[in-house]
Amino acid sequence: MNATFEISAIVAVLATLMMITRPSAVHALLYLTVSLLAAALVFFVLGAPFAAALEVIIYAGAIMVLFVFVIMMLNIGEAAAAFESTMLKPSAWIGPSVLALLLAIELGSLAVTGGLARPAGSVVGAQAVGIALVGPYMLAVEIASFLLLAGLVAAFHLGRSVTRGD
Amino acid sequence: MRELLWLVPTLPLLGSAILMLGAGRLSTRVEAMIGALSVGLAAIIAFTIAAGFLLYAPAGTVYEQTLWRWLDVGGFSAEIGLRLDALSLVMMLVITGVGFFIHLFATEFMEGEEGYGRFFAHLNLFVAAMLLLVLADDFLALYAGWEGVGLGSYLLIGFWWRDPANGLAARKAFIVTRIGDTALLIGLLLIASRLGTLDIAGAMKNASQTWQVGSPVATVAAFLLLGGAVGKSAQLPLQTWLPDAMAGPTPVSALIHAATMVTAGVYLIARTHALFLIAPSAQLAVGVVGGATLLLAGFSALAQNDIKRILAYSTMSQIGYMFLALGVGAWSAALFHLMTHAFFKALLFLSAGAITMRIHHEQNIFKMGGLARRLPAAFWSFLIGSAALAALPLVTAGFYSKEAILSGAWADGTSGRVLWVAGIFGAFITGLYIFRAVFIVFFGEEHTHVSGTYGWRVIVTLTVLSVLSVVGGLIELPPVFGHVTLLSNLLAPVLPATREVTNLTPLLLASLVALLGIALAAVLYWRPTRAPAETPLWRFWHAAGGFDWLYDRLLVRPVLWAARVGRNDVVDRVYDSIVWATRVAHQEVRRTQNGRVRWYTAGLAIGSICLIAIAVLR
Amino acid sequence: MATAPLDQGLLLAAILFALGLAGVLVRRNLLFMLMSLEVMLNAAGIAFIVAGARWASPDGQIMFILVLTFAATEVSVGLALILLMHRRITTLDADAGDRLRG
Repeated sequence: MNATFEISAIVAVLATLMMITRPSAVHALLYLTVSLLAAALVFFVLGAPFAAALEVIIYAGAIMVLFVFVIMMLNIGEAAAAFESTMLKPSAWIGPSVLALLLAIELGSLAVTGGLARPAGSVVGAQAVGIALVGPYMLAVEIASFLLLAGLVAAFHLGRSVTRGD
Repeated sequence: MRELLWLVPTLPLLGSAILMLGAGRLSTRVEAMIGALSVGLAAIIAFTIAAGFLLYAPAGTVYEQTLWRWLDVGGFSAEIGLRLDALSLVMMLVITGVGFFIHLFATEFMEGEEGYGRFFAHLNLFVAAMLLLVLADDFLALYAGWEGVGLGSYLLIGFWWRDPANGLAARKAFIVTRIGDTALLIGLLLIASRLGTLDIAGAMKNASQTWQVGSPVATVAAFLLLGGAVGKSAQLPLQTWLPDAMAGPTPVSALIHAATMVTAGVYLIARTHALFLIAPSAQLAVGVVGGATLLLAGFSALAQNDIKRILAYSTMSQIGYMFLALGVGAWSAALFHLMTHAFFKALLFLSAGAITMRIHHEQNIFKMGGLARRLPAAFWSFLIGSAALAALPLVTAGFYSKEAILSGAWADGTSGRVLWVAGIFGAFITGLYIFRAVFIVFFGEEHTHVSGTYGWRVIVTLTVLSVLSVVGGLIELPPVFGHVTLLSNLLAPVLPATREVTNLTPLLLASLVALLGIALAAVLYWRPTRAPAETPLWRFWHAAGGFDWLYDRLLVRPVLWAARVGRNDVVDRVYDSIVWATRVAHQEVRRTQNGRVRWYTAGLAIGSICLIAIAVLR
Repeated sequence: MATAPLDQGLLLAAILFALGLAGVLVRRNLLFMLMSLEVMLNAAGIAFIVAGARWASPDGQIMFILVLTFAATEVSVGLALILLMHRRITTLDADAGDRLRG
């Protein structure tokens, strides 16, 4: 299983790297989808099949579809992609990259020093998650639903076409 | 009757208030009435109280009247009160009596002047403050009166304010005396904090119990009080303001700068004599200051041409005598001379005023001449005043008081003998300078036109003061002339006794030098003389030893220089730099607020990295 | 199931998070910034899953679900804002919207 994990981890990192460097939005979106699917595989390996399923369905499915819709509505063409590629000069990315590298080293060093061991053969399935979700985490679920409702209202409000002058 | 004591300072204050509030609404006649009558009523009350005091002396020969309690905190209480004892009685009578006649004179002298009511308002204010000063039971009221007379003096010197020179003279008087006032305030605070009371009598009693003779604190306190006294009384080294103070109207010079305010220093030292008795070095300094001032002022008076400046220097010189008397422990003699000096110096100033008001306010004695026939009233009163000032033996009040001082000095050991020599020499110069003025003004050729006449108020005032200048000395006669000691007996409960002198030598010598001075003046100035040539020596004494020049170099110019430098506000630069740094920092920090989301995110990231770095590296 | 690579899992989360940050900082296009934000959120989700796996408890997965909810809301509102901005100033350049500068 370690091989599965390592391969999918490498795929996720590479796909993300490609995503943040693509001038075209559609290409970037495809790479992001790949990265998310790889992450789903990682979840599966870590014994979280329910989370892996949600990752595929909601992240790689629903959210990515939203992006696709917006890209379609914005009608970003070749000119925008060309403009984006002019923005990707070394002078623009070298500073942020150093920052990100520092952050990765720090977080990584914190992660590696732990020496974590996982109880063997424990898979936390959908049933366990569901019991906990409507048990001790009831309130969090309610709050999450509020959040989703607020997001819905906000998106509807912001997204409607302006007819009255504002 | 004694319960009315509070009315004595209040009446002039009331008069002042009415005159100030009614400015421009009262007729000149009413203003004159209010101005003179408020002091006159105060004088009547004062004399009635005095009669009662002398006939039925109160227990302990002191009458205290507490007006109100100022504060009462943690065992320290300060009461505003009046205190009537022999010392304040004498001062009160001099101030109200002489003050009333000077007011009477001024109602005529100031006729037709702009600001007639203002003049009397300020004059009444001064009298009220002076009475508060001498009647004060505690240092607080004393200091209030002390500053009040300074204010009155300032306002009246600058009375003719349209001439900037008068304003300058007023400011000079105020600032120079302020140096002394500051010393006095520090001294009073020192006494109050060390002895725990503001009550004068209580503080003096505590002082002699708490402090050893010659203890440093007592000496410092006494020197600080002396500083206040020399400022107010125009003694060395703060004497420079008095000659310039002659810029005020002549009644002001008579009342403030001759009879009353300038003697406040003498009163202060007499009042706090217990402190000076336990600080012998300070008492010696009092005598030395007096001796030096009387000689310096005497020489300076010889070199003046302005009649009022002659009298001003003479005032300094006579107050020098009083300080000398205080310095040698002849306390009652100082008070005696203070009293007679108030009579004859007021008389001299008023007769000088009576002369100048008839000759178009000309004050240069070399432009007068031959006025004896034209102005007999002024001549006789000026002559009587001069005789009293020169201590003409037997017939004048000034002779007896000055004799008391000189015999007191004679009896006071070695230092007293040195001061006695200065006093004798001063007596000689006194006769010389005042009769120089008499001969030049009243004899010889006429140089001026005389106009107008005298009203009854001038004549009455001059007559009364002339009589006082002659008979005022009869209340205290030396042993050889019947040994009358009315004043000493009266003052005995308040002031230490003066040493008796039975030796006739000082008396004879004092009489002799006074006559010699007058005779020399007659020899030199009987014939008409011109104004003296401006030799360097004459210029030196004309400028009173060049103290003005010295102070200008030593004090005024450095202060002006510092002011010029300070104009750029060196200290402020420090605060300016803070402002500058804040502004620059603001500009720099503002640039980080550029509205770019990515920039803010980077900031957030850097912050996170630093925080995590702390966790990692720890 | 053998011992799962928890250390590597956290390392993966750190790398993805840093990459997402780099994306947010480098790209000026709001669309790309939003995608990079998704990556960062996803990295946080991975960390939660790893932690849940360490103690074999469902809490990690539940936190992941909450993160997912948040990400969905954030994307919907963010995309709506992008549409609005594009309609107003016809650009997706984040630096163009700097009218709140001091």
